[in-house]
Amino acid sequence: MSRKSGDRFCEKNMLTLTASPRSPLHNPTPLETSWPDAIYAQFRRVGIRQVGYVPDAGHSRLIALCQDDPDIADVVLTTEEEGVGLVAGAALGGQRAALLMQSSGVGNCVNMFSLLRNCGFGCVVLVTMRGEFGEFNPWQVPMGAITEDVLRLCGFLTYRVESADAVEPTVGAGCDMAFAGNLQIAILLSQRLIGPKLWTR
Amino acid sequence: MDAMMLDRRQFVRELLIDRGELLVVPGLGSTTYDVAAAGDHPLNFYLWGAMGGTAMIGLGLALARPDRRVAVITGDGDMLMGLGSLATIGVKQPKNLAIVVLDNARYGETGMQPSATDHGIDLVAMALACRFKHARVVSRIDGAVDARALLHRGEGPLLVNARITPEDTPRVLPLRDGHAIKQRFMAALDSA
Repeated sequence: MSRKSGDRFCEKNMLTLTASPRSPLHNPTPLETSWPDAIYAQFRRVGIRQVGYVPDAGHSRLIALCQDDPDIADVVLTTEEEGVGLVAGAALGGQRAALLMQSSGVGNCVNMFSLLRNCGFGCVVLVTMRGEFGEFNPWQVPMGAITEDVLRLCGFLTYRVESADAVEPTVGAGCDMAFAGNLQIAILLSQRLIGPKLWTR
Repeated sequence: MDAMMLDRRQFVRELLIDRGELLVVPGLGSTTYDVAAAGDHPLNFYLWGAMGGTAMIGLGLALARPDRRVAVITGDGDMLMGLGSLATIGVKQPKNLAIVVLDNARYGETGMQPSATDHGIDLVAMALACRFKHARVVSRIDGAVDARALLHRGEGPLLVNARITPEDTPRVLPLRDGHAIKQRFMAALDSA
């Protein structure tokens, strides 16, 4: 597979998109930051073949790495709960899949997560946290404050990562547990790790 | 709106005649019973929940197994709950994925309350707007032959909106243990 199926459509629409540029509300993870690369390296090691995501600034580097990988089908979702079905379908077909989402997206998945429990589908969810350390948008707080509890109630084992050097071993262990044991694993990437949100006008 | 003329059991039975290597993902409730009534098969991934997620399970499976045909067979209520997945599927353009919506314009499991399609909401137009390669209404049983051919040979993504009569049918209850359904499916597909 040389080019991904969505590219033609993106390129066709790029002109209209770039005609009125707008700054993101907060800065994506800087390219020199290494922890998204560490996650990607673990995806490669365990053979992740499908990655579902709703675009997210904290995951922007990792999403770009997955999009550029011809061995990974990157699937942009309209809502995070679609990703749960994607993981199940991938597993039925013999492929490993991972989901990337913001803490708010966890709330969108609650009922659909029962599919993973009922059938024992191994799953790795990487959650970028909002609504905690340094958050100054109060609208992010109610969901961010209950994200880890919600995941546990839905049957996930959860692991928090607070520092860049803990990312690779935690993601590696999480992937191994998910796919060796058909477990549901969530790794919460804390707002302290992701970095301050630099808001622009 | 086209007349609803199809008997759901007869239509699904004809769709699945000589199904060969077709992978089938039926939605929760009546469509799972319809697919079971057409003949139990290890390559049926019966759903008993996960409403709104059926089409996305089909996408994950279609991406994982581009060498096989995948048919999602679900109801209008399930499809309406997952409308965004039509856009997600349209982006990925899986050639081997077909969605059959058995549309009685009702929520049959809960007492036949009208759904959005009863008010003229058009799933075929939505699929085409989401870059599906082909989408059509089938409202007569002689359309089952062409619909079946689409499942096996049509270039996806495809959607067939089958207008079925809003009659209650006897429940045909297949395997219900999710682990067992999964393991049986994966063993038959040799994907475990």
